[in-house]
Amino acid sequence: MSHDPTAVGTTTGATTDDITADDLPTLPTDRHTGCPFDPPEGLTALSDEPIRRMRYADGHVGRLVTGHATARAILADPRFSSRYELLHLPVPMGGVSGEIPPAPAGDIIGLDAPEHTRYRRLLTGKFTVRRMRQLTERVEQFTEECLDAMEQAGPTADLVEAFAQPVPALMICELLGVPYTDRKRFQGHVATIFDQTADAEATGEAYTALLQYLAELVLAKRAEPTDDLLSDLTTSDLTDEELAGVGGLLLAAGLDTTANMLGLGTFALLSNPDQLDALRADPGLAGQTVEELLRYLSVADPLLRSALEDVEVEGALIRAGETVTVSVQAVNRDPRRFPDPNRLDIHRKATGHLAFGHGAHQCLGQQLARVEMAVAFPALLSRFPTLRLAVPPQEVPLRNRSNIYGVISLPVTWDKE
Amino acid sequence: MSDPQAPLRLGADRERCAGAGMCALTAPAVFDQDEEEGLVVLLHPAPAPEHRAAARMAVGLCPAGAIALGSPDS
Repeated sequence: MSHDPTAVGTTTGATTDDITADDLPTLPTDRHTGCPFDPPEGLTALSDEPIRRMRYADGHVGRLVTGHATARAILADPRFSSRYELLHLPVPMGGVSGEIPPAPAGDIIGLDAPEHTRYRRLLTGKFTVRRMRQLTERVEQFTEECLDAMEQAGPTADLVEAFAQPVPALMICELLGVPYTDRKRFQGHVATIFDQTADAEATGEAYTALLQYLAELVLAKRAEPTDDLLSDLTTSDLTDEELAGVGGLLLAAGLDTTANMLGLGTFALLSNPDQLDALRADPGLAGQTVEELLRYLSVADPLLRSALEDVEVEGALIRAGETVTVSVQAVNRDPRRFPDPNRLDIHRKATGHLAFGHGAHQCLGQQLARVEMAVAFPALLSRFPTLRLAVPPQEVPLRNRSNIYGVISLPVTWDKE
Repeated sequence: MSDPQAPLRLGADRERCAGAGMCALTAPAVFDQDEEEGLVVLLHPAPAPEHRAAARMAVGLCPAGAIALGSPDS
């Protein structure tokens, strides 16, 4: 492991003022044209060392982690905080490049223990492996309905609009108790929140509008509880504001992540016909295909932490206050952990990838995502045996500037029977 | 980990558990999650030989470090 000579031996408690930030790399974000599944070229070049210094959007000198073992160590270590207000952004996100406001009530991603633990405990029982498997039939039903509509309107479609978005949207709406017919009211807000090109004002307005919608919904659930997660939570000690915050987070997290895995994942399978054929021939490979696509695509990226005290990791001394950017896509392509990492191989054991993160914040909804994808991919391929791109692959528009990577649209076509 | 079939003693710490479900997914014969809180339930602290490899993998995957080899039950 590499030693960072500039870190060890500097004055105790020193900030990073003595390091010339201008000489340091920034986080590469733009993908190489024609290789939409591979990390940005510049990122691969920075991945030769598992952890290195990096310049942030506001000039802060922090770290970039690209090594699998280093990422696991940091994400599992409570000396690294997730509180938004302690973080520096690697690149401007959601129109913000400088100081980040603290997490609003209920936003568990931006909180540490014990606040984080309190919220998380209320939710974990709702997302167990068993509960999510019990939802398989509902997922199958939603999937078939979307495929029916797509087939009737075809033989061309935008797969994102017809399939990748509605399947997870229907499921998270059902689980939370959000009327699906309301989705147009909040889907635009969610898109703005995740849009890195939106300015701070637009992001703030979208967030407020989403919370406003959920606040109304919480009041409705209190008045008339139904059989869903939000109604269940009204019996907890959470305030209305906290409930709306939790609801907003789950809605945002459940809509966009799986949708982009389904859209980009289909694109990746169509671009790797041998893998596609293998999955078609044996739908029993669905589970491990999902794991491999999670590893290969790593759509939710990067993860940020801030050191609460000086911590030594893999020979590098990370100073209190330093922000660490864990590049999940780089970590999941770490050749020390995954042999031949740039190859999509649904026969490999991809378990152990960090696509859902690691540590106390590891994705709460991951078992739901697994069920949705394990149902949706084989159903799509079986319904459309001749599914193919309707445009050259270079013309598929990519979400290059979003916290959740994916395709903006995926024009597909098939032969009508 | 020398012999994957060597006897195994597991411990689970429900205080540390984050309820991500990796253990119940990876080694369902050894771990479960309770219905209420979704926290780890250790079904077999000394798993049978055929379940030991999966149990070891679950220990390695646990995001919260809540399950461990060779530690007393909590």
